[in-house]
Amino acid sequence: MGKITLEKVQKKFGDVEVIPPLDLTINDGEFVVFVGPSGCGKSTLLRLIAGLEDVSGGQIRIDGEDATGMPPAKRGLAMVFQSYALYPHMSVRKNIAFPMRMAGLSEAEQKKRIDAAAHALNLTDYLDRKPGQLSGGQRQRVAIGRAIVREPSAFLFDEPLSNLDAALRVNMRLEISELHQTLKTTMVYVTHDQVEAMTMADKIVVLRAGHIEQVGSPLDLYRHPDNRFVAGFIGSPKMNFIEGPRAHAEQAHALGIRPEHIDLSQTPVQGAIEGRVGVSEHLGSDTFAHVHSEEVGQINVRVAGDIDVHAGDTVWLSPQPQNLHRFDEAGLALR
Amino acid sequence: MATKHSRAAARLMISPAVLLLLGWMIVPLAMTLYFSFLRYNLLMPGMEEWTGFLNYQYFLTDPAFIASLINTLLLVGGVLIITIIGGILLALLLDQPFFGQGIVRILVIAPFFVMPTVSALVWKNMFLNPVNGLFAHVAHFFGLPAYDFLAQAPLASIIGIVAWQWLPFATLILLTALQSLDQEQLEAAEMDGASPVSRFFHIMLPHLARAITVVVLIQTIFLLSIFAEILVTTNGGPGVASTNLTYLIYVQSLLQFDVGGGSAGGVVAIILANIVAIFLMRMIGKNLEA
Repeated sequence: MGKITLEKVQKKFGDVEVIPPLDLTINDGEFVVFVGPSGCGKSTLLRLIAGLEDVSGGQIRIDGEDATGMPPAKRGLAMVFQSYALYPHMSVRKNIAFPMRMAGLSEAEQKKRIDAAAHALNLTDYLDRKPGQLSGGQRQRVAIGRAIVREPSAFLFDEPLSNLDAALRVNMRLEISELHQTLKTTMVYVTHDQVEAMTMADKIVVLRAGHIEQVGSPLDLYRHPDNRFVAGFIGSPKMNFIEGPRAHAEQAHALGIRPEHIDLSQTPVQGAIEGRVGVSEHLGSDTFAHVHSEEVGQINVRVAGDIDVHAGDTVWLSPQPQNLHRFDEAGLALR
Repeated sequence: MATKHSRAAARLMISPAVLLLLGWMIVPLAMTLYFSFLRYNLLMPGMEEWTGFLNYQYFLTDPAFIASLINTLLLVGGVLIITIIGGILLALLLDQPFFGQGIVRILVIAPFFVMPTVSALVWKNMFLNPVNGLFAHVAHFFGLPAYDFLAQAPLASIIGIVAWQWLPFATLILLTALQSLDQEQLEAAEMDGASPVSRFFHIMLPHLARAITVVVLIQTIFLLSIFAEILVTTNGGPGVASTNLTYLIYVQSLLQFDVGGGSAGGVVAIILANIVAIFLMRMIGKNLEA
């Protein structure tokens, strides 16, 4: 139904290689998130799958069929754009009907699917409005509605939530996840926000400069990052890296320890890292303490909210040994 | 402009400009109205007398009036159709990336900078002339007799000349409108299965609606008063075949020395222009709303 396979797919803009040859399999019904910093080629990769850009080499297969040279409309994919790309002169109803009109569906079938989509997305009251009269979240839902009615084999999302405010983003994240659970259709989702990736994905693909750094489930990436880039990118606040004698003692070039895996003590502890709290951020449930230590530099620690740490306090930090990540000089994980 | 005081001050300060513009418009209008009720002939100076609506009666019952009215509408409509359709096609072409784009764009704009009198003379003598014109040479090359455009199809020739002048304007406005179209909308339509033709009719053309409206309104204002092109090419002839309302008024007041009749024609032209404007705003004015 919606299995997408990329084989040695490559993209060049002139002489610049944006995506070096790359292999990836997206299974039917999977929610796959492409995540990476700006300019890592994740949007380009999505547009290659959509057919909006031509590949410079390699093959794209959709359900086993070679789709490399197929025009976008023939691929059976639906895309939700960052700017929503609604047609401003058409009402919501006509926007949603547009792909069906182009496909030449009967009026009755169009109406049935529009009503179903509008009901599922809470748009029934807005069907006769123009996109300009809708809020950001509603526009987003119209864009999703326009994608749903085509009954595509896979949905492609290009940073769909980046234009929404924080509260709405959390809501829409939930709605998209629920949509995936009801439709059980393959979804490919591009974002630069690792929180979106962690919360929504079945499988995360971490990209850097067109390279796939690691593919895996969210918890897999969190627990077993393959390299320092993935370790630093996944997880919030970011992982601390410790180099120097302490790392050498563990036969590694660098040690990685997440802020939540450090025990903080306000009394001296044997073998712990001594440091002074610079800034502490109290979130209520948690407190993030930014600790400066003579020995290893800056370390961020996450402690329970009921522990009182303030700027200027001297604290002793002991990383939990079972949660230490070890990296070699090339930045690869040692296991 | 928040307080009552500042609003009053603002009104006071713009009033000189408003009054000046109002006077600038009202004085000639009032004089035209006044002359149109006088028996005022330049050959008989000092003999002006009040004639009531006689000037209007003569002007409106003149057989040349209906002919010139139809010519005016044909001229405006013909040029609008050619420039809008041609402008859209040229804009679509110029929107494509190609080598030498900048120079081609400047070349396309160039006709707009040629003065109407000059371009009409160039067309008359270098293209349409049945002896020396380029088109005559082309016809001879194919063994055909030369076609005397300005004698056989005077109005169509003038429509062609004026459309050539205004095509760049339409192209320029439509091109900028086309460039402001969100590419993601086109991509979304492409994903939705729209062919290039339906992308044009469903996405691009609605997006261009406002620009087309602007082009139609601005061009109509200028095309209603086309004069120089007619004067230097056909002089309104043969007969009244290429006389429009503006030219008829000129004939009336300066060739027949009948200022009263010409003024009456001027007032009629103002009324007709307003009727055209009302029709236009009814038809396409809603495109200008946000």
